[in-house]
Amino acid sequence: MADIATHDTDHATDHGHHSSTGLSNNKLAMWLFLGSECLLFGGLISTYMLYRGRVQNGPHPSQIYDIPFTSVSSFVLLMSSLTMVLAVSSAQRKDDNKTNLWLLITALLGATFIGGQVYEFTAFYREGLGFTTSLFGSSFYSLTGFHGVHVSIGVIMLLSLRGIIKKGKITGDKAEVVELIGLYWHFVDIVWIIIFTLVYLIPS
Amino acid sequence: MSSNELTLTPSQSPGLVKSPLSISPSGSLGAVRRPVNTTGWREWLFTVDHKKIGIMYGCVAFVFFIVGGVEALFIRLQLALPDGRILSADKYNQMFTMHATTMIFLFAMPMAAAFANYFLPLQIGARDVAFPRLNALSFWLFVSGGLILNASWFLGGAADGGWFMYAPNSGPVFSPSNGVDFWVLGLQIAGIASLIGSINLIVTVLNMRAPGMTLMKMPVFTWMILVVQFLLVFSLPVITVALVLLMFQRSYGATFFDVSQGADPLLWQHLFWIFGHPEVYVLILPGFGIISEVLPTFSRKPLFGYPFVVFSGASIGLVGFGVWAHHMFASGLGPVSVAVFSMATMAIAIPTGVKIFNWLLTMWGGKIWYSAAMKFAIGLVILFTIGGLSGVTHAVAPSDTQQTDTYYIVAHFHYVLFGGMVFGLFSGFYYWWPKVFGKMLNEKLGSWNFWLMVIGMNLTFGPMHILGLQGQPRRMYVWTEARAGEGFFNFGFWNLVSSIGSFVLSVGVLFFIINVIKTTRNPERAPLDPWDARTLEWLTTSPPKVHNFDRIPVVHHLDEFFHRKYVEDETTHAMTQIATGEDLMRAEEAAADTGIHMPGPSYWPLLLAIGVAVLGMGVIYGTPIMVVGALVVLFSSFGWVLEPSVPEPIDFDSPSTDGHTKEIAPLG
Repeated sequence: MADIATHDTDHATDHGHHSSTGLSNNKLAMWLFLGSECLLFGGLISTYMLYRGRVQNGPHPSQIYDIPFTSVSSFVLLMSSLTMVLAVSSAQRKDDNKTNLWLLITALLGATFIGGQVYEFTAFYREGLGFTTSLFGSSFYSLTGFHGVHVSIGVIMLLSLRGIIKKGKITGDKAEVVELIGLYWHFVDIVWIIIFTLVYLIPS
Repeated sequence: MSSNELTLTPSQSPGLVKSPLSISPSGSLGAVRRPVNTTGWREWLFTVDHKKIGIMYGCVAFVFFIVGGVEALFIRLQLALPDGRILSADKYNQMFTMHATTMIFLFAMPMAAAFANYFLPLQIGARDVAFPRLNALSFWLFVSGGLILNASWFLGGAADGGWFMYAPNSGPVFSPSNGVDFWVLGLQIAGIASLIGSINLIVTVLNMRAPGMTLMKMPVFTWMILVVQFLLVFSLPVITVALVLLMFQRSYGATFFDVSQGADPLLWQHLFWIFGHPEVYVLILPGFGIISEVLPTFSRKPLFGYPFVVFSGASIGLVGFGVWAHHMFASGLGPVSVAVFSMATMAIAIPTGVKIFNWLLTMWGGKIWYSAAMKFAIGLVILFTIGGLSGVTHAVAPSDTQQTDTYYIVAHFHYVLFGGMVFGLFSGFYYWWPKVFGKMLNEKLGSWNFWLMVIGMNLTFGPMHILGLQGQPRRMYVWTEARAGEGFFNFGFWNLVSSIGSFVLSVGVLFFIINVIKTTRNPERAPLDPWDARTLEWLTTSPPKVHNFDRIPVVHHLDEFFHRKYVEDETTHAMTQIATGEDLMRAEEAAADTGIHMPGPSYWPLLLAIGVAVLGMGVIYGTPIMVVGALVVLFSSFGWVLEPSVPEPIDFDSPSTDGHTKEIAPLG
């Protein structure tokens, strides 16, 4: 069927597209993963919203929340989104030194936030709110703890990425890797805005 | 092909030259090298080839099908006669819990994943999935999850709370053994496997279609799998939350389901069914996809109303997210919720009905070839319709309140799941066996297989309608003669019929196994295009070459393969054959691409999955084990990221005219 063969090679020049959507595989996968994560946090936030006022033992939310302190740590986390943007922008300009610097600063800001969370958890625990104390305690620590784990994983990824870039071990498109971690980082920040509003700012 | 894909030789694949960038052993992390030339068992353990992974998924899922089937037989033996003594009440609870869990999570979903993995890249004209290593990781995580779930039988008793594991009933007070812990962790890990798999397949379908294959030229099987993966991406995280909460409660003393602390017993039900109802469509849509390939092929007609089949599948998926509370009509949701969910549930019957009419009209006026695959497909249409109709009776809330927790429900979901999904999968076995293994399953044994399964399934599940309407409750481990009723509606008679039916059904499945063994021993090769098929997976050898296609096909039509074989007369619309499958194959081989690189094997998916399993076991057996698991996970994650991707950009390769390959860089 030679005619079929030639028929097809006429179109062989169209083959240049590597992805049918124009998005790279990695980026599309990251977006899907983040979509899935929305539902994960949706479930945890719903559980918290259901249980936040249900306190039979231990302190009530309004008795222990230190809103000024959490506002400051939230601000730190939000600023890390800015530095992440700067890291992505430096990576796109192929400026390795600046990229590494901004990645480090982002990781440090994230670590500061985690430090604040550890402090906050310890303070709450001292004031009598344990994980098993009440429905409020279980759901508060689960929700904010899950978020904290996400930030920590982000910090590990940022530091690892910095190490890998320094050693020149990265394969493929460096700017895209930075951007992918950036997507994850911004997602974690946005989720925190929602958590901060619903958990801390709206009185239960 | 015994060696890995990077050592293709011209004799094995005419027109191919050995890749200039063939893989060379390079260190990663200084400790573990990337496997290079795997043979024997290593070829399977470290493979990232979507076809091998698909076959492994199929084998493991089939083993679990047998396990789940044996569990079902125990249930039927116990209920065959009054005051059954085969199982204790406790063992009976474990048996039905594990039967359902095994069939849904360890047979149905992975078997669909087997078909999806194998055929999805072939149907869209791709050489592999988007993330081959993640694909292997999905498989090994599923195996880990399945082993953990079933290990509970030997480590203090299996889970005993039903597949929906309602909390607080599944809390430590009512379910003190470790069974539920194993169940939670096993499902959590199997869930991660499905999530990774679904992201992988969505990216594959959206990004890696052959040139010219627009979404509306995709085969219906691919479409249905795509819808299923979207359902999984957005429903799995919800069950993940539920499982995490239950795990925190059982293992770390959290209070989520502790009613004495003021917990809401409906929380679990909502979280579970927000996942659980989309899950129902996760189970059935692959079956719909398979028969949407089989019915046109064996009716010798294109699928009637392709866009309607596609969009009704998509709308089933969409509406499927808004009907979960119909599982909870008896829980006191209040009239508004019940009315809304009742209407939504009835609405979902519309796209389903559309599909059934499309299938009927596909067969209408066709030259039907009653092969085994076709028989199973027709079986699905009929049996699923029966199950769908009893399903509509559940949508009517007042009627459902009567039926809840009776055998009528059991009858309904076995008609849709066994009659629907399982028949779809068996149809797929017969249709695609020659493609996967290069040999035809025996049609005569296939006929025995089919008829025994149809008769057995109707004998088993048909009487359950009567039993349920008479009031026999689900999950009761005995029934007594004194309360069995009289005459036509006597429990005893119908329970016995149902139990006998389950053995007829088992003999039917046995015929399939005999057929497989016989076919494997038969040296006779299948023809290249035994069914005069329509879609791209047939545009390659059987079994397909490691790189799937000698050159990436350019798609001009829905049912591209068929349109390459036949031309349509402009005026009469008669189809004239201009080529055979063999002719097309020769043309492909003559114009084969050169320098195709395929992804190399990897140790990390297997190691990472083992790490996750150990980490999970740490929840039950203590923190030291958890730490070991976490270290393995961390080590293999870094190994994974730093793994040398030689030949460079390994994961995807598309041909070009200038002889050089252009790739997108895989990083993930």
